[in-house]
Amino acid sequence: MASFPILSMITFLPLVGALIILLTRAAVGEQSRETIRLAALVVTLATFVLSLWAMSEFNPSAPGYQLVEDVAWFGQISYKLGVDGLSMLLILLTTFLMPLCVLASWKNIEVRFAEYMIAFLVLETLMLGVFCALDLVLFYIFFEGGLIPMFIIIGIWGGANRLYAAFKFFLYTLLGSLALLAALVYIYVDVGTTDIPTLQQHVFSSDVQTWLWLAFFASFAVKLPMFPVHTWLPDAHVQAPTAGSVILAGVLLKMGGYGMLRFSLPMFPEASLLFQPLVFTLSVIAVIYASLVAYRQTDMKKLIAYSSVAHMGLVTLGIFAFNEEGVQGAIFQMFSHGLISGALFLCVGVVYDRMHTREIAKYGGLVHRMPIYAAFFMFFTMANVGLPGTSGFIGEIMSMVGGFKANPWAAAGAALGMIFSAVYMLTLFRATVFGTIQNPKVADPEIAKDVTLVEGVTLLLLAIGTLVLGIFPSLIFDISEASAVEVLSLMQK
Amino acid sequence: MGWQELAAIIVVFAPLVGAIIGGFVNLFTPLNDEFTSLENVAHDAHSHAHIPANRARLDKIAMSATTALVVTAAMCATLLFMNQFIASGEGVPETYSITLARWLDVGAFQANWAIRMDTMSFVMMFVVTSVSSLVHIYSWGYMSHDMGRARFFAYLSLFTFMMLMLVTADNFLQLFFGWEGVGLASYLLIGFWYHKSSANDASIKAFVTNRVGDVGFALGIMTVFLVFGTVEIAPVFDAIKDNVELTPFAFGEIAHVQEMSLSILGVTAPALEIIGVLLFVGAMGKSAQLLLHVWLPDAMEGPTPVSALIHAATMVTAGVVLVAICSPIYEYTTYASAMITFIGALTAIFAATVALTQNDIKRVIAYSTCSQLGYMFFAAGVGAYDAAMFHLFTHAFFKAMLFLTAGAVIHGLADEQDMRKMGGLRFKMPIAWLMMLIGTLAITGVGIPGTKIGFAGFFSKDAILEEAFLSGGMYAHFAFWMGILAALLTSFYSWRLMLMTFHGKTRANEHDFDHAHDAPKVMGVPLYLLAGGAVLAGVVFYGAFIGKLTEVNKNFWGDSIYKASHYEEHHDDSEVYKTDVTHSTEHVVAADADNHDTISHDVGSSNDYAGDHGDGHHGVHPPDWVLWAPFFAWMSGLILALIFYGWVPHIPRAMGERSGPVHAILSNKWFFDEIYNFVFVKGTKAIGDFFWKIIDMKLIDGLGPNGLTKLTKASAGGLSRLHTGYLYHYAFIILIAAVVFGAVAISGQSGGN
Repeated sequence: MASFPILSMITFLPLVGALIILLTRAAVGEQSRETIRLAALVVTLATFVLSLWAMSEFNPSAPGYQLVEDVAWFGQISYKLGVDGLSMLLILLTTFLMPLCVLASWKNIEVRFAEYMIAFLVLETLMLGVFCALDLVLFYIFFEGGLIPMFIIIGIWGGANRLYAAFKFFLYTLLGSLALLAALVYIYVDVGTTDIPTLQQHVFSSDVQTWLWLAFFASFAVKLPMFPVHTWLPDAHVQAPTAGSVILAGVLLKMGGYGMLRFSLPMFPEASLLFQPLVFTLSVIAVIYASLVAYRQTDMKKLIAYSSVAHMGLVTLGIFAFNEEGVQGAIFQMFSHGLISGALFLCVGVVYDRMHTREIAKYGGLVHRMPIYAAFFMFFTMANVGLPGTSGFIGEIMSMVGGFKANPWAAAGAALGMIFSAVYMLTLFRATVFGTIQNPKVADPEIAKDVTLVEGVTLLLLAIGTLVLGIFPSLIFDISEASAVEVLSLMQK
Repeated sequence: MGWQELAAIIVVFAPLVGAIIGGFVNLFTPLNDEFTSLENVAHDAHSHAHIPANRARLDKIAMSATTALVVTAAMCATLLFMNQFIASGEGVPETYSITLARWLDVGAFQANWAIRMDTMSFVMMFVVTSVSSLVHIYSWGYMSHDMGRARFFAYLSLFTFMMLMLVTADNFLQLFFGWEGVGLASYLLIGFWYHKSSANDASIKAFVTNRVGDVGFALGIMTVFLVFGTVEIAPVFDAIKDNVELTPFAFGEIAHVQEMSLSILGVTAPALEIIGVLLFVGAMGKSAQLLLHVWLPDAMEGPTPVSALIHAATMVTAGVVLVAICSPIYEYTTYASAMITFIGALTAIFAATVALTQNDIKRVIAYSTCSQLGYMFFAAGVGAYDAAMFHLFTHAFFKAMLFLTAGAVIHGLADEQDMRKMGGLRFKMPIAWLMMLIGTLAITGVGIPGTKIGFAGFFSKDAILEEAFLSGGMYAHFAFWMGILAALLTSFYSWRLMLMTFHGKTRANEHDFDHAHDAPKVMGVPLYLLAGGAVLAGVVFYGAFIGKLTEVNKNFWGDSIYKASHYEEHHDDSEVYKTDVTHSTEHVVAADADNHDTISHDVGSSNDYAGDHGDGHHGVHPPDWVLWAPFFAWMSGLILALIFYGWVPHIPRAMGERSGPVHAILSNKWFFDEIYNFVFVKGTKAIGDFFWKIIDMKLIDGLGPNGLTKLTKASAGGLSRLHTGYLYHYAFIILIAAVVFGAVAISGQSGGN
C-alpha cells in the first residue's frame, strides 16, 4: 500500500473537483447551481473519506513521517509529502470542516456560485498541501498560495467593506511571507537542501538560529494571529462569508501553530528557548487584551474573532512551554478551536442569513423563536468558555498546565482568560438569545425560523465532535503523542 | 462488581439519563408562544400561563422520568449511606474508587472518570440525591403553571448529576469537571426565566464570580501537579501523610513534601500552603465566602426550588466539601488554615449583619446561608472537618426546608416576596407556619446544653463553636466570638422573618390576603420529610459524624477525613496554642467537678481515636460557659426580635431612621455591589474600550495598513497627517518597550523544562 500516493490523492482531489465544476459551469451555465453544490459536497466528502483511509493506514504510535511520497523535482527540491500525528490531525480537521462549509453555503451565496465553490476547493488543496509537504519550498508554495483564494473569497463574496478587509489581510500576510521567503533562500544556500526531515536534524549556529527564527516567527505570528499583528483578523472575519470565516478560523489560523511546531522548535531550538519569554508575554497579552476587546464588540463576528485571538494565545503558550503537556495541549487546542470557532461562526451565519445583520444590539429574545438554535448556540458558547466536558476545556487546561510547568506567571495570566471568556461569551449570548424580543424581524415567525435540517446537521456534527473530544480526549492525544514527543526530542539534539 | 458499585453507578448516572430525557422532550415540545410577540414580553412567566394540553402531556413525561430517576438514585444513595453508617460500627471502612473510563492521559497528567467510594462521597451522595428528589417532587407543585417545566426538570437533574460527579471524583480534574458543571447548571437555573433582565444579570454574575474562584482552583490543581506529578487524590494524600521525599517539576528542590518550599507567582512558601490557599480561593467562589459572596443573594432570581437545592443545600457547600476532602493538605498548613478560619468567621458575621435589614424573604435566607457556610469554613479551618461536614449535613435539611417553605408562602401569596407586604399569615397558612417554625428552631440552634435535646442545628452549630474554642489560637478565638455573635444575629433575623411573615397584622393587600392558601400536598410532603431531617438529623447522626457520643461509630469517616497526629511539630505558633490549651484545661478541670455526666463531657472519655486534631484538646472538654453561650445567644436574639417585631413594632423604623450610616451600610450590603460594579465592571469596560479603540484602531491599524496608505497620501495631504503619524510612532515605541520590559520581567521566572 505504501506505493499508493494517498496523500497526493487527498491533496489534489479537491483541485480535480474544482476542474469538474469549472467544466460543468462552462457546459451548463449559471442554472447549474444544484449540480455544482452537489459536486462540491461529493468531492469534499470523498476527500474526507480518503483522509479517514489515510488515518487507518497511519500508525499513531510510530515516530517520524509516514505515507511518504518522494519525487525529485528540480535542483535539490523534491516533491515530498508525508504526515505525522500533528499533520494527520490537521488534515482530518480540514477535510471534516470542508463539507460543512459547502453545506453552510448551500443557499446563501447569490452571485458567482461556481467560482465560489472553485475557490473553496482550490483553497482546500492548498491547505492540505501545507500539512502534507515535507519540502520547505513545497510548503512555502502551498502556505502562500492559500492566501490567494482566501483573498478572493473575502474580496468577492464578502460584506460591504470587503475590499479594505481583503487588502489588510493581504498586506499583513504578505509581509510575513517576505520574511519567510528570505529565510527559505538563506537555508537553501546555506544548507543546500530544503528537505524538512533533514533540516530538522540540521544544527544551525546560534546567530543564524536567531535570525531564521525571527523570520519564520514573523510569518507564523501573522497567521495565528498574535498580538500585535492580529488586527487583520476581525476585519477579515466580519467581511468574509460564513464558510470563509469557518475555514479562516478553523484551518488557516492553525497554520501558524503548525509552522511553529514543524519548524521553529525543531530547527531553531536555541532561538526558541531564547525567545520563550517574548512568546509567553505576547501570549498572555493576547489572552487578556483580546478578551477585553472582545467584551466591547458590538458585532457578533468581531467578538468571536477576538475570542479566536485569545484562544490562539493559549496555543502559543502551550507550544513554547517545551513540555509534553504544553505541546499536546496546544495541538489539542488547535483542533478543538477549529471545531468550536467554526461552529460559532456558523451560528452567527444562521441568524445573519435570516435577519441580515451581525449587530448584537439588533437581536435579543431569539430563544423564543429558535429554541433548537438557542440550545446549539448555548452549547458552543460554553465550549468556547472552556467548560469541562467540552473539548475547549481540555485544550485550555493542558496548555495552561504545560505553561505552568514552564512559567507560572504566564499560566496565571492566561488563566485570567477563563474569567474574561465567560464575561464576553455570556454577555453575547444574553444579548442575542435571551431577554425579550425587541426587533420586529426576530418577532416575525416567518423570518426567525429555527434551524433548517442542513444547518441542524452541520451544527450537530460539530457538537458531537466537541462533546466526544471533551469526554474522550485520548482520541486526539493518542494520535498527537508521538509527534509531540518527537518535536521535543528534536529540540534536544 | 458488588452491589455497592452498582448502586453508586446508578446514583451518579440516573440523574444524567433523566436530564437527557428531559432535555430532548423540551426541545421537541411545541413553541412557547407566551413571550414571542412583542406585546407580551412584560408578562410574568411563572404563575398565570395556560399550558396547552399537548405540551402538558409531554411535560409530564419529562417530569416523571427525571423525578423517578432521581428518586431511584436517592434510594440507592440511602442504602450506601446507611450501610456505611452501620458498617462503621464494625471496623474502619475502606476507601477505593471505581474506574469507569480513561479521561486524560498526557505525559504524567492522567485522570480517569471514576467514582470514589468512601464515607465522604456516601454522605454527599445521600444529601444531594435526597434533597434533590424532594425538590423534584416539590417542583411538581411549585412549577405547575410554568411554561418551561420540562426544561426546568432537565436542568435540576443535570445539576444533580454534576454535583454527584463533583463529590465522587477520585482526582482533582473530575472534581473540577463537577465544580464547573454545577456552575453551568446554576447559571441555567438562575437565568431560568430568561425573559427577565434581572435573572439574566444574576446568572452571569454567578457564573463569572465563580470563575474568579475557579482560576484559583485551576492554579491549585496545576500546583498539585507540579509538586506531586499527579492530580489523582489518593496518591497525593498518601504522599502527604507519609511525608515522602519528592522533587517538584520546577521552582523547588527535592524535599519531604510537608517541608517542601516552592517559589512561584512571586511568593516563596511551603508548597502545601500555596496549594491550600489556591484551592480555598476556589472554595470561596463556590461557597460564596466574603469578597466572592456577591453572586449568592442575586441568585435568588431563580425559581425557589433552585434556591433550596443549589443555593442552600448542595452546590454552595461544595467548597466545604473540597476543604474537608483536602484535610490531609490543610492538616499541614498554618497560613492556609488560618485564612479559612478568618474568612469563614468574617463571612459568618458579615452575612448575618446584612440579613438583619433585608426585606425580601428569600434574600434573608440567602444571607443566612452565606453566614452558615462561614461557620462550616471556620470549623474546617480549625481542623474540625467532621463538625463542618456535620453542619453541612444538618444545614442541608433545615435550609432546604426554610427555602421551600418560603417558596410555599410566595406561591400562596400571589408571588409576593417582600416581607413588608406580608404578616398575619399564620392562620392562612398553618402548615407553612409550622414548617417555618421548625426550620427557625433548627437554624437558630435551639436545644438544651448538656442534654441530647435539641434541633439539628443545635448539635452541629454548638459542635463547631466548641471546636473553635478548644482549638485555641488567635484566629480560632476570633472565629469563636464571631460565631457566638453571629448566632445571636441569626436568631434575631430568623425570628424577624417569622414574625414579619406570619404574625402581627397583615400588610398584604386585601385580595392577595384573602386568596392566601397553604401549598398543595405535592409541595407539603417534601416539607414534612425535610422537617423530619431538621428535627432528627442532629440527634441521630451526632455520634457518627463527630464520633463523640458512642464508640460504635467512631470510625464513621474512615480515612476520608484525615487528622494528623503529629500536628504540633508543624505549627509555627505552637507556643500560642500551648498557653491556650492550658487555659482551657483549667476550665475543664473545674467544669468536670460539678458536671460530670452531661453529654458534652463524655466527649473526651470515649473519644480515643488517633485522629484527634492533636493540638491539645484531645480529651479536653470546653468549660460550661462555652456550652451555654450559644444558648444565650439565640435566646437574646429571640427576645430582641420579639421586642422589635412583636411587642414594640415602631422600634425598627425609629432605629432605621436614627442609626444613619449603620443602617445604610447594612441595607446596602456594605456596598460591595456598588464597589465591584465601579472597579471591575466599569474598569473592564474602560480598559476594553481603550485597547480596542486606541491601541487596536489608532495605534496598530494607524501604523500598519492604514498608516501605509496614509503615508503615500501624506505628501499630498500636508503636515497635519504626518504630525499624527509622529504621535503614533512614539506610542508604538512605548508599546514595544512595554512588551520588551514584560518579556524581561517574565524571563526571571522562566525555568523548568
